[in-house]
Amino acid sequence: MPMPGRRSPLALVAALLPFAALAFAPLYLAPYHLLLAGRFLSLGILAMGIVMVWGQAGVLPLGQGVLFGLGGYAIAMHCKLAALAPDELPDFMQWNGVEAMPWWWKPFASPGVALAAAVVVPSLLALVLAWLVFRRRMTSVYIALITQALALAFATLLISRQSTTGGFNGLTNFDTLFGMPLADDRARLWLHLATVGLAALAYLFARAIGATQAGRLVTAVRDGENRVRFLGYSPAPYKILVFVVAGAFAGIAGALHTLHMGLISPAMVGVVPSIEMVVWVAVGGRTSLYGALIGTVVVNLAKDRISSDWPAAWPYLMGLVYIIVVLAMPRGLSGVVERLAARLRWRSERAAEVASHG
Amino acid sequence: MSTLALGLGQLFDGLSVASILLLAALGLALSFGLMRVINMAHGELVMAGGYLMYVAQQHLPGQSVALGLVLAFAGCAVLGAVLELSLIRWLYGRPLDTLLATWGVSLMLQQAARDLFDPTGVEVTAPGWLSGSLAFDTGPLAGLALAHVRLFIIALAIAVLCGMALVFERTRAGLHIRAVNQNRAMASALGVHSRRVDLLVFALGSGIAGLAGGALALIAPVTSTVGQSYVVDAFLVVILGGMGTLRGTAIAALLIGTLSALAETFTSISTAKVALLLFVVAFLQFRPRGLIVTRSRALEEA
Repeated sequence: MPMPGRRSPLALVAALLPFAALAFAPLYLAPYHLLLAGRFLSLGILAMGIVMVWGQAGVLPLGQGVLFGLGGYAIAMHCKLAALAPDELPDFMQWNGVEAMPWWWKPFASPGVALAAAVVVPSLLALVLAWLVFRRRMTSVYIALITQALALAFATLLISRQSTTGGFNGLTNFDTLFGMPLADDRARLWLHLATVGLAALAYLFARAIGATQAGRLVTAVRDGENRVRFLGYSPAPYKILVFVVAGAFAGIAGALHTLHMGLISPAMVGVVPSIEMVVWVAVGGRTSLYGALIGTVVVNLAKDRISSDWPAAWPYLMGLVYIIVVLAMPRGLSGVVERLAARLRWRSERAAEVASHG
Repeated sequence: MSTLALGLGQLFDGLSVASILLLAALGLALSFGLMRVINMAHGELVMAGGYLMYVAQQHLPGQSVALGLVLAFAGCAVLGAVLELSLIRWLYGRPLDTLLATWGVSLMLQQAARDLFDPTGVEVTAPGWLSGSLAFDTGPLAGLALAHVRLFIIALAIAVLCGMALVFERTRAGLHIRAVNQNRAMASALGVHSRRVDLLVFALGSGIAGLAGGALALIAPVTSTVGQSYVVDAFLVVILGGMGTLRGTAIAALLIGTLSALAETFTSISTAKVALLLFVVAFLQFRPRGLIVTRSRALEEA
């Protein structure tokens, strides 16, 4: 639903202000909080992708963790390789008795290949998957369940191939990034700035797509796929488009998050984390890009605090959040805010009316 | 051991896996077909069935398997009815939202299981008459051994399937269920209390999930995550079978159970999982609505 003045240049500047404020975060945030901000912002990029697929196109993706993981593993493989002397193998491969570097690891020695792969590989997977499911007009329920099965298969595969993927522990202990020591303040600063910049770009990109004809059609398909068909459009290309963009977002998010955390593991890509990603968006508001960013921060901040202090209480709380969001606030926090704003506007208009007549 | 005996042994294991999958998927298929509800907590109903079996063995006299299964069925049916009345009822017509809300329920049930029972899992010991196996010592099948407990599970699945078919085809409640399944508005107009039918079907499906859990407890330890490991496969069964048909679900469970057991003998479990997913996606390219489709003239479908 279009808010008044949403497409004015002023609204755009206002929307970008928080990103600008975050860019200066190293000046006013403690290192731990800066790390949290960077992590949550990377995850927010992925969440905006879910808004496009779920909120705008009406297809619930339950396998975004896979795309996130592909981006994360691509950059993690590069970090492992970059720290090695020639003819040396990564530590976990040595522990697992691997003799020679697997062929699919070799290209990741180049930083350019790794960076490109972090975006291209997840986008390609999203493209193939979306093409397969939308071509045959599968319903959104089927797609949700198939993507969930994909998340299960991917996590199982990663865990079982311990000698070449790091197995259950994933990939960790990165030393350098593009020649800079990763623990160094300068590297941290660049990483933070890159994260803020990419998040702002992703936001602008998603917003721009929403304003194009294709974006309008995506929403139209969500609200009445058959009507769109009767008007002469094929819905599949538009759905595939948002799926691929969301795949690229997830890959970028995975790469950034892996660098912030210094770790990527199957625990971040499987069935449970994939569905958790959807909940960030549900909490924030499934149709709102900003809502998704805020939902991501709220849920992850709560998780960071609560799951360390009361680990046994977290599943109950999280379970309640799933239920309450669906039952009581289907449009999430942004829906609540919009309702309040509408109410306030109504009140002030009433007050003005009463005053002018009184 | 001859190749024939080896192959038959694998097939037999596959059949027993398929039987549990069938029991786990039946409830899902029923509730999806009738109400367009995706119950992610279904796996936790399987888990609850397993724990009820354990409780029955610990606290009830006689350690009877039958008593345990009855308790698992009844307990899970009640749990399912409570779930339907308190949550699912409010979410009809929003399948993707039921998915998220019931996922929340499943998180809470899992944690409850960890709080109530030993978090590392509990074991049910199969009674004497189930612990042996039907072994072939001579002849062309020498070396083949069919575990009694797996035979029992296969028989249980067949019995449940036949029982369901009887209920559907021969009883008044079954007639109502089929009527609502075909055309809810028309059935309501003719006096069928469709909400009561929903409740009945959901409770029935939950009870069958409980039976699946009880059967599973006989061959593997019960843990808080046992349901989650089954529910994804059970959903694949449901979409492969075609939403909500008894026959389709049965065939799909057989197909997926035996195929994954066979794939696991040739490759690893993880490769088998990937292969299974590829198989389902490829199959849906040819039949996007699954094996058996209920024909309908409705344009919009969930």
